[in-house]
Amino acid sequence: MEIVVCVKQVPATAEVDLVVDDSGRGIESQGLVQEMNEWDEYAIEEALLIKERLGGTVTAITMGGEGVDAVLRRCLAKGADNAIWLKDEAFEGSDAYATAKVLHAAIRGLEYDLVFTGAQSGDDNYSAVGGILAELLGLAHAQMVKKVEVGEGTLVVNRELEGGLEETLELPMPALLAIQTGLNEPRYVSIMGIRKARKKEITVKGLGDLGLTGGEVGEAGSWMKVQRVYAPPVEKEPEILTGSPEEVAGRLVEVFRSRGLI
Amino acid sequence: MAEILVLAEHRRGALRDVTYELLAKGREITDSGGLELSTIVLGSGCSGFAGELSNHADRVLVVDHPDLAEFNAEAYSKVLVGVIAERKPRLTLIGHTSCGVDLAPALAIKSGLPLATDCIDLSLDGGGLAVTRQVYGGKMNVEGVLREAEGHIATVRPATFEPGEPRGEPGEVVSLEYPAELELVTRFTGFVEPPPGEVDIADAEIIVGVGRGIKDEKNIPVVRELAEALKGELGCSRPIVDKGWLPKDRQVGSSGKTVKPKLYIASGISGSFQHVMGMKGSDLIVVVNKDSKAPLFGFADYGVVGDLFKVLPALTEKIREFKGSG
Ligand SMILES: Cc1cc2nc3c(=O)[nH]c(=O)nc-3n(C[C@H](O)[C@H](O)[C@H](O)COP(=O)(O)OP(=O)(O)OC[C@H]3O[C@@H](n4cnc5c(N)ncnc54)[C@H](O)[C@@H]3O)c2cc1C
Repeated sequence: MEIVVCVKQVPATAEVDLVVDDSGRGIESQGLVQEMNEWDEYAIEEALLIKERLGGTVTAITMGGEGVDAVLRRCLAKGADNAIWLKDEAFEGSDAYATAKVLHAAIRGLEYDLVFTGAQSGDDNYSAVGGILAELLGLAHAQMVKKVEVGEGTLVVNRELEGGLEETLELPMPALLAIQTGLNEPRYVSIMGIRKARKKEITVKGLGDLGLTGGEVGEAGSWMKVQRVYAPPVEKEPEILTGSPEEVAGRLVEVFRSRGLI
Repeated sequence: MAEILVLAEHRRGALRDVTYELLAKGREITDSGGLELSTIVLGSGCSGFAGELSNHADRVLVVDHPDLAEFNAEAYSKVLVGVIAERKPRLTLIGHTSCGVDLAPALAIKSGLPLATDCIDLSLDGGGLAVTRQVYGGKMNVEGVLREAEGHIATVRPATFEPGEPRGEPGEVVSLEYPAELELVTRFTGFVEPPPGEVDIADAEIIVGVGRGIKDEKNIPVVRELAEALKGELGCSRPIVDKGWLPKDRQVGSSGKTVKPKLYIASGISGSFQHVMGMKGSDLIVVVNKDSKAPLFGFADYGVVGDLFKVLPALTEKIREFKGSG
């Protein structure tokens, strides 16, 4: 089983104060910790589990500038066999469409039975790269995948719907699956794995290597042009309780009591 | 006359709420732009839907075929690409739902039209489409413009626009042919129900929700003790279930339970729209988060900017004291 997994590095933003940068079209990235996109952790894990069961190779691919090779090293440390870094200044500012075109150019020449992406990325939140890539590659695909069973040339997958409901689908291979969180338990990276990964080579490819032109990628090749990034307006101001934990707790107990909740 | 086309989403015999939300937003745009509002429903034996939808649109397009009995992204995209090529809608609206995200990207490539996903607002902008989206888990908004094209496709976040009221004058219903040459490789084989849980938190009057801020499974008792002191139930955000720290039936949100308790206390939950969709109907919402910019504060009645490991035990203690004395 030859599996290609598209992964991405994203800033960890849940606990930090984000600041709009000088261009007004992005956020200040300095000081932000970078991590592997949550959905991709599950995608690479699923690929490794299938490889461990059925044999074959796992190839991790990412697109991005300086530093994002860390996410490829992480995949190699977990057990991926190959890593490809799509790196070119021209790729900067790519939306889901331009990103999928770059990934397509890199993947079309590879041998594969399965291509995985995350269902979405935690930063741009498009939920679209997988579907576009599938269509460009001419592959059957499923988004929001919660379970994968590989058969003889066919796949049975569960797709997550709303409210905890899932549906099952049959599709032929090769196929692209966009992976939803929670379908496995992503492994930790071992010290041994990190050591081994250091020795493995990462293939770097730029615009020319992929046979693309500048107009097809980056902002020029995107569907969407970002005009402005800003903190969302607050619709409702809560009453913020201040003071020591005991004082805050005391106030809340009063509120609960006045409403007959306790 | 040029039109806006809304894809009607349905499951198990019922139109989904997002359909009416899209129709309301579509109507707002057609009214300001001299366009007509059409909606299209794909299904098997779906004349009932057509009748219902005709109260919300100028025109209902119906494609009725056994292959369309259940949603299938491949079948939908192959049918819709033909409809879009022929009718050239100025804008096609699809819900940003599990089905919408399965369908829309493929449809955009097949029809050669630009796509924007998960829009929380949108308007026609000359030959382009102006959209607002959220990024970084709802901590920032982005305004952007889709490049000029004959038409555009957008997926719209559910529960963002108010559903529209039925109108007096029903629109016309038009049957469209199912394309004869369709060969499908993807097959729907059935639904899988969520496993029944030990409790249904949707019935609880008080829920204490825990999110990734709890950091470790061994810290869950901090939240459980507060829930117990309040005689409430424990709820959680999705990552807590993904990690296996709490069972799926405790998950609040679009892919979990929708709850409307008298009191919802959220601790260490940032407030992604998927979580908010499941709890914003609660009577009283208290949010404890150490990040004053956490989006969930925007839905709270009371907010505590602080460490849940300090605030929750203090609250548990005070409630026990109160109950002990009362
Ligand atoms: C299709 C789909 C469906 C989804 N369905 C759901 C769903 O049903 N329900 C759901 O919840 N999510 C759902 N999600 C996931 C959702 O997008 C978010 O990833 C998730 O809700 C984030 O959970 P969280 O707020 O617990 O974690 P995070 O976003 O990581 O937030 C953790 C928060 O904890 C705070 N914190 C950290 N330490 C402390 C401390 N000591 N004291 C106080 N606060 C602290 C941080 O400031 C932060 O705000 C879905 C996603 C997709 C793509």
